[in-house]
Amino acid sequence: MTANATVNPQQTKLLQEYKLDRPLTACHWDPQSRFIFCGAEDFLIHRIDPASGEKITLAAHDSWIRAFGSSSDGETLYSGGYDGRLVFWPACAAKPEPLRILEAHQGWVRAIAVSPDGKHVATCGNDRLVKVWDAATGTLVREFSGHANHVYNLIYSQDSRQLFSCDLKGIVNAWALDADKPRALVTVEQLHGYDTTFRADIGGARSIALRGDGGQIALGGITKVSNAFAGVGEIIVALVNPADGKLDLVLQSKDKITGTTWGLAWHPDGFWVGVSGGGGGGWLYFWKGDMAEEFFRLQLKNDGRGMSLSPDGKRVAVAHVDNHLRTYSLV
Amino acid sequence: MKRHHPCGSMEHGLSRRAFLNRTSLGSVGLAAGLGDIITSRTTIAEQVQAKSKRVLNIFLHGGVSQLETWDPKPNTDTGGPFRAIPTSVPGMHICELLPHTAKQMHRLSIVRSLDTKNGDHARGVAEMTTGRGRMPGADFPHLGAVTARALMPETFVLPGHVLIRSSPGGRNVESEFHSAAYLGPRYASMALYDANPPKFEDRPSEITDEADVRRNAVRARANERFLRRRRTAETEAYNFSYDQARELLANRHVFEISRESASDQERYGTSQFGKHCLLARRLLENGVPYVQVNHADYDTHHENFDFHIEQLGEFDQPFATLVADLADRGLLADTLICVMSEFGRTPKINKTYGRDHWGTAWSVVLGGSSIQPGAVIGKTNANGTEVTDRVVDHGHIFHTILQAVGVDSMGEFEIAGRTFPVADPSRGAIAELLT
Repeated sequence: MTANATVNPQQTKLLQEYKLDRPLTACHWDPQSRFIFCGAEDFLIHRIDPASGEKITLAAHDSWIRAFGSSSDGETLYSGGYDGRLVFWPACAAKPEPLRILEAHQGWVRAIAVSPDGKHVATCGNDRLVKVWDAATGTLVREFSGHANHVYNLIYSQDSRQLFSCDLKGIVNAWALDADKPRALVTVEQLHGYDTTFRADIGGARSIALRGDGGQIALGGITKVSNAFAGVGEIIVALVNPADGKLDLVLQSKDKITGTTWGLAWHPDGFWVGVSGGGGGGWLYFWKGDMAEEFFRLQLKNDGRGMSLSPDGKRVAVAHVDNHLRTYSLV
Repeated sequence: MKRHHPCGSMEHGLSRRAFLNRTSLGSVGLAAGLGDIITSRTTIAEQVQAKSKRVLNIFLHGGVSQLETWDPKPNTDTGGPFRAIPTSVPGMHICELLPHTAKQMHRLSIVRSLDTKNGDHARGVAEMTTGRGRMPGADFPHLGAVTARALMPETFVLPGHVLIRSSPGGRNVESEFHSAAYLGPRYASMALYDANPPKFEDRPSEITDEADVRRNAVRARANERFLRRRRTAETEAYNFSYDQARELLANRHVFEISRESASDQERYGTSQFGKHCLLARRLLENGVPYVQVNHADYDTHHENFDFHIEQLGEFDQPFATLVADLADRGLLADTLICVMSEFGRTPKINKTYGRDHWGTAWSVVLGGSSIQPGAVIGKTNANGTEVTDRVVDHGHIFHTILQAVGVDSMGEFEIAGRTFPVADPSRGAIAELLT
């Protein structure tokens, strides 16, 4: 943490609760702090005004919503669903109707990344592809193939010139936007397991974040899985250097909490924030990034399935299984 | 001193009814063999018809989700993220994870109304494959044993009951051996692992044909002497097994999918399940009366949706290819297809995106032979939490499978002077599903 800390993680406390009808799947804080967008186990996006508590729904998906992104001014919302669609929305409209509906992937859209320069929106999915779309027109700009498995997550480099994607088996590729083939960055073995009893793969980056200086990618998931079909494994965050693919550090929990890291963010004060859900319950974690174990951990009311840091860094929104979006204050 | 069989009897002799049947049918090679059994209420003509029938049972171990397969409920509180897709039957929808199977549904039917009142793996496997409720101390024959017993001609040289599965290493609920119970060990399963043929051992080259004939004669004499003193179902089965092993050697090609064309191997794919389906086709084409292919694992308490993508992604294309091939080759009219599991999965999605065990409202697929194609039997409510029409269980499915291949499931086996119902007498076939 910096000397000019703006928050105190040890003071983290529940701030607000918003109840929906179904368990939540994802959440996303609008860059201008006006709204929090949620996905739930319905086919809707729920827009919540944290100030007033007003909720409205946005309908254009034919399945659950899994991923969100925003233009830097917050005027355009991008949503990706289990239906393979990428939808552009006027985020702040009184009754938002889709600006654009793109059939982006065969199978799920698992993640969305918006380039820092605002020009492109990237998606990845179960068709093992990474795609780059023009943020203004929705035109497909690039389509990258090279992963042999479902692509679980992706993020842009700070200069918007590279994309980093991670698949089911923990294979991280770097894609230069002007190159045809990926640069194999690293395979994070800890992010994947094959359960020989159930004969199934488990793993992948369920969450991703970039350090503030762009010098480290954090990949969250589940590790040391002893029973894939019961979800018996420990939470993990792997810190990878995007320049050389070196695995800098593996973050864990002190008490080896069972579960999956479903949300990650880099806090401007200089630490990682993560959320988990699973057998060990819901937790918020705070890691300094230079040591494997968290410096603080807070048990939540229920399991987390997604997390978003507010633009001012003072609040965290968590998508919970028990039909609630909750915000937590870090001050 | 002459020994009697442990049961006191006649286990290996022919019952009067069996004798009459055998003498009537022997010339066409239809008598069933050891301790012959004929269902008592079945006419000879029906038995003749039944003899060319076969059963293919695909067992999805662990409990496949009915919501991610045959009874989708999209956009309900239980429906999960997947959509329903239309099939080749107007108005029939299945889960989008089965796009290839959807194109074959005009050849198959869905029973959506199983209520087996069970969420235990081992019990579910036992009940679905024997058609009976599990009772302590009771051992009922597996569907494969019953099928082989009823359909396998005496002169058939291959095993009548074949299980195709992965090497041991999975959980023990994925059966390695199917009991024939009172039908006798001859009808128990022969397992083939990992799409490989049985492990054949050729006769050492230094043993000439002449020497082989001589040594077999010695073995046969010793056997006969032994059998005069200790005749049991097991010794009969041992003798049969020896003869069968020799026949297997002579017919080893039946088990070798490498003999299939490159294009066929490509169509079935490189997954183990794909190879298993191709092997199943080969066995069925060679007249094996009962072939079961196990596919594992579907016990998805955690991340049900990811794992169903993975497992059904393996299942869909090879299964659809097999159905289409059986139809194209004229075998479907005589081959009953079943896709079953030990139970379904909970409509309620748990906190880790999983579904748990659920025997209250789930589905089985049947097709081929005398099954009405393209039908949907039974119904569940809007979110799949209960059956609202035509409740059936393992007993009804068992009867239906047997009747679809011409076996009188309400009849009895007569063994050693005792009679055993072929299937649970308290249940019956789903009559409206049979043509």
